[in-house]
Amino acid sequence: MRIGVVTFPGSLDDRDAQRAVRLAGGEPVALWHGSHDLEGVEAIILPGGFSYGDYLRAGAIASLSPIMSEVVDAAKAGMPVLGICNGFQMLAEARLIPGAHTRNAHQQFIRRDQRLRVENADTDWTNGFVAGQEITIPLKNADGRFVADAETIRRIEGEGQVTFRYVGVNPNGSVDDIAGVSNKAGNVVGLMPHPEHATEPGFGPDTPVAMSSGVDGLTFFTSVIRKALVK
Amino acid sequence: MSSVPLASTTPQSTIVVEVMPKAELLDPQGKAVTGALSRLGHSMFSEVRIGKRFELTVAGEVTQAILDDVQKLADDVFSNSVIEDVVSITVVPLDATSAAL
Repeated sequence: MRIGVVTFPGSLDDRDAQRAVRLAGGEPVALWHGSHDLEGVEAIILPGGFSYGDYLRAGAIASLSPIMSEVVDAAKAGMPVLGICNGFQMLAEARLIPGAHTRNAHQQFIRRDQRLRVENADTDWTNGFVAGQEITIPLKNADGRFVADAETIRRIEGEGQVTFRYVGVNPNGSVDDIAGVSNKAGNVVGLMPHPEHATEPGFGPDTPVAMSSGVDGLTFFTSVIRKALVK
Repeated sequence: MSSVPLASTTPQSTIVVEVMPKAELLDPQGKAVTGALSRLGHSMFSEVRIGKRFELTVAGEVTQAILDDVQKLADDVFSNSVIEDVVSITVVPLDATSAAL
C-alpha cells in the first residue's frame, strides 16, 4: 500500500512517519506541500513538527498549502488521512475534524510517554486495536489543548468520534481528556501523541518487559494497510 | 522624519483587524501576565486577555470590495471561529496615516 507523507516547511517527523509506514509493511511516498500531486497514494499522513513556525495559529498556514486542497478532497471522498500532532492541528484548521487547539493550559512544552485509551477501534487507523485497550506512545507539544464548544463535544462523544483519551495524566488541559478525534466516517483521524515514535523495538517507550521496547504505535499503520487489504 | 521623501507617491491606507480568544476559553498567556502583574503589586487587575492585531496596508483608498475581502479573510484566515472572535475591523483614514509619517 502506497502511503503518502506530506512534508511542510518546519515538518520534523515526516521521515519518522515514512519509516513507520515501512516497518508496518507499506510503501512510504514523500509528498510536498507546494505540489498539487498526491502521486496516486491510497492514504495520507500529515506529520508532526512546527510548520511555518506555528505562526498565526499552529497548523493554520500549512492547512492552506497547495497540496491541502487535494488532501481535503481526498479525505472527503473517503481516503484514510492521519494527522499527528501538528498534522492534527492542520486537520482541525482545515475543518476536516471538529474542534481546535490552543496553548497547553500550563503554558509549557511537554514531552512524555503518554498512556492513552483507544475509545473507537473502528476507524481506518485504529481497527487493529480493541475498544478500551490502553496503549503508550510518546507525546510532545506546546499547543496540544483540544477544545470545542459544549455542543460539539456532546455530539462527537455521542457519535464515537472521540478516538483516544488521555489516561492517568491530562498533559495539556484538553477538554474531556480528549487526545484524538476522527471525522464522522472514521477515515480521518487526528491525535496529539506520536504513534510513529513507537514502532520499532529499541526506539519506543519503556515497557515492563524491556527499556524502549514499546511498539504500540505500529498498529496505527498496520490498521490502515489491513483495511485496504480487506476492502 | 518629515524631510525623508516617501518611496511611493501613492498614499497608503491601513486596515486594522483585531482578534481575541473567546471569552469562555482559558487564555494561558493572559493568565500568566495577570499573575506577573499581581506579583509586581498591580493586583487591581483581575484579568488580562491577550489577542492579536493585524495591520493590512493597501495603496490608495479602501474600497468596499477590499473591505469585503478583509472581512472574509478575518473570518477564514486571521481567526479560527472555534477559539477566537474577530472583535473589530477598522480603517485608518489616509490623512491620519500621512500625519503619522
